[in-house]
Amino acid sequence: MRHIISILMENEPGALSRVVGLFAQRGYNIETLTVAPTEDETLSRLTMTTTGDDRKIEQITKQLNKLIEVVKLVDLSEGAHIERELMLIKVKAVGAQRAEIKRTVDIFRGQIVDVTSSVYTIQLTGATDKIEAFIDAIGEGCVLETVRSGVSGIARGEKVLSL
Amino acid sequence: MELLSGGEMLVRALQDSGVEYIYGYPGGSLLHVYDAVYKQSAVKHVLVRHEQAAAHMADGYARATGKPGVVMVTSGPGATNTITGIATAFTDSIPMVVISGQVMSHLVGDDAFQETDMLGVSRPIVKHSFAVKHPEEIPELVAKAFYIASTGRPGPVVIDVPKDMTMPNERFEYKFPKKVKLRSYTPPQRGHSGQIKKAVDLLLGAKRPVIYSGGGVIIDGSSDKLRALVDRLNFPCTNTLMGLGAYPGTGERFLGMLGMHGTYEANMAMHHADVILCIGARFDDRVTNATDKFCPDAKLIHVDVDPSSISKTIVVDVPIVGPVGSVVDEMMSLLDEADTTPDEAAIDSWWKQINEWRQRHGMRYQINENGKMKPQEVVEALWQATKGDAYVTSDVGQHQMFAAQYYKFDKPNRWINSGGLGTMGFGFPAAMGIKMSFPDDMVVCVTGEGSIQMNIQELSTCLQYGIPVKILCLNNGSLGMVRQWQDMNYEGRHSHSYMESLPDFIKLVEAYGHVGIQVTERANLQQALDDAFVKYKNRLVFLDVAVDEEEHVYPMQVPMGSMRDMWLSKTERT
Repeated sequence: MRHIISILMENEPGALSRVVGLFAQRGYNIETLTVAPTEDETLSRLTMTTTGDDRKIEQITKQLNKLIEVVKLVDLSEGAHIERELMLIKVKAVGAQRAEIKRTVDIFRGQIVDVTSSVYTIQLTGATDKIEAFIDAIGEGCVLETVRSGVSGIARGEKVLSL
Repeated sequence: MELLSGGEMLVRALQDSGVEYIYGYPGGSLLHVYDAVYKQSAVKHVLVRHEQAAAHMADGYARATGKPGVVMVTSGPGATNTITGIATAFTDSIPMVVISGQVMSHLVGDDAFQETDMLGVSRPIVKHSFAVKHPEEIPELVAKAFYIASTGRPGPVVIDVPKDMTMPNERFEYKFPKKVKLRSYTPPQRGHSGQIKKAVDLLLGAKRPVIYSGGGVIIDGSSDKLRALVDRLNFPCTNTLMGLGAYPGTGERFLGMLGMHGTYEANMAMHHADVILCIGARFDDRVTNATDKFCPDAKLIHVDVDPSSISKTIVVDVPIVGPVGSVVDEMMSLLDEADTTPDEAAIDSWWKQINEWRQRHGMRYQINENGKMKPQEVVEALWQATKGDAYVTSDVGQHQMFAAQYYKFDKPNRWINSGGLGTMGFGFPAAMGIKMSFPDDMVVCVTGEGSIQMNIQELSTCLQYGIPVKILCLNNGSLGMVRQWQDMNYEGRHSHSYMESLPDFIKLVEAYGHVGIQVTERANLQQALDDAFVKYKNRLVFLDVAVDEEEHVYPMQVPMGSMRDMWLSKTERT
């Protein structure tokens, strides 16, 4: 099963390499990874998606917790949560296609953020399945380039991940 | 206000951390620090001949004293030479602080002379590591390093010190923190009471219990508590390779070591147990054999200070995260309060069964009166000669297993070996680290002619500092354990397990200024041991003992089997 693990860690050089190294060293798989400082500049928030059975995920969270720089950790997929990914996608847009693509972008509540005579650059936010559905809808044939941020997530309701 | 240079701060912070010895080797990036070492006498520096040995010395010191060992090495090759030593300590959870020099900060990343990314190279084998970014941070980083290395599940911590952090002319205020606090690191102080209660209930209801303890009990300094618990319950106790000595090796309730080369009775008892209390051990693959066949009838209780050890290889019924000593204390007080006692009749019949297994004498070996000595009898003679009271270190292979099986350790911290990583070359420098701290005790390195050559250069260090360790080399002219596997699994094709050009060890140790004694006849063994411990008490003695190369270590678990599937001799299987 896919899990979203969200980590508050010390905003120090080397901390990220420990997290990533741990995954390589123990044969765990990282599907997506996103990291940035938080409102408290001494802390970074790191979100990763990984897959594995319950035992493996338990080991992953325990091993992560053992890293001295990991301050707090939550497996968001254990409760109600919101997940988002940002995608920038460049598509071929000529002739009748241009209107069709525009309509699809509207349906998916995306935005065209850059335009040339033959190319649209589209920005789209959503859960991973929505992003993938958009690529399917638009047809892989016209996709020139994609870049995705990886999953960010936050728990629903009053639960917060903080010190 | 006291102004010190970074180099002086480093040495002062080591003093303030209670460091007695630094094991190290100087080099370009650490010259300022070594100058600060020179100007003081509180911390003694031991110059090794290879940095790997410095790490093993610090490791041996730590295992025998319980205090963190300290290593100091220069950048680049100095640092990378310690890697095997750091990994050895990491795998066996040994507290260690490694100070590695680094090139000037402005050169980092330029592939400068003797530059290595030490933090990157050591990352998977340290508990934590720090890079010094400003000289003022040094005291705090040192304090943090010692705190992290020695608390919770101990382990090595590296501090990487660029040369420009130690400049003699740049002075800063020295403040050594009285207390270390890290918001992201809080080792568990006690186990969960509800879980401990559950465990005690299971123990009281057990009919075929076994207490299986490991190195964690020794590291926690809780061997007395373990002994009290075992004796109070009258349960059988087995120790892992790392845990030998936690329960007395000559104790009536001791089953011997368990696992791949464990005793017949220990492995049989584990397999047939209905309740197993695992304390400070981690269900290592050298203990469990095939995990899907592991102890099919047993309810498992697991006490470990490291939550990630729990249910990693074997899923347990009652996990307890906490320091073993405090958990055992709580168990004892629950036993005091309990209105039931262990089922005496069941425990008696369990002991009867175990004693029957003991009668099978899984540890017997054949002495050939006219032939070569067996390694087992040499270890037994060592045990006699030292009255079972020596510090015994070992390298890795057959001799290690024979030492573990036949030297009965009655005290903790006396059996010092690289159990987890299996590092050849560990035993000799580890023995040196111990001997310097326990000059009045007997310290013996049981080794083989293969392992000893991996750090033999330290004979020179021993001369410099007068470290009279005894080296007992079980010389069978081959890499015994490799050869054993080749005998068993490769139809006796001894691929590269035979040493054709061994040195004359006697001449070699004499060249280094020590005493060498060759023993080829059984009749001379006793005299040689006596000479080593009495006549040459204050000299390093190398006993080169010729032993039978055909001998195998038994029992040996059958690969992919359960714990009870064992070879008991070359021809006999359970």
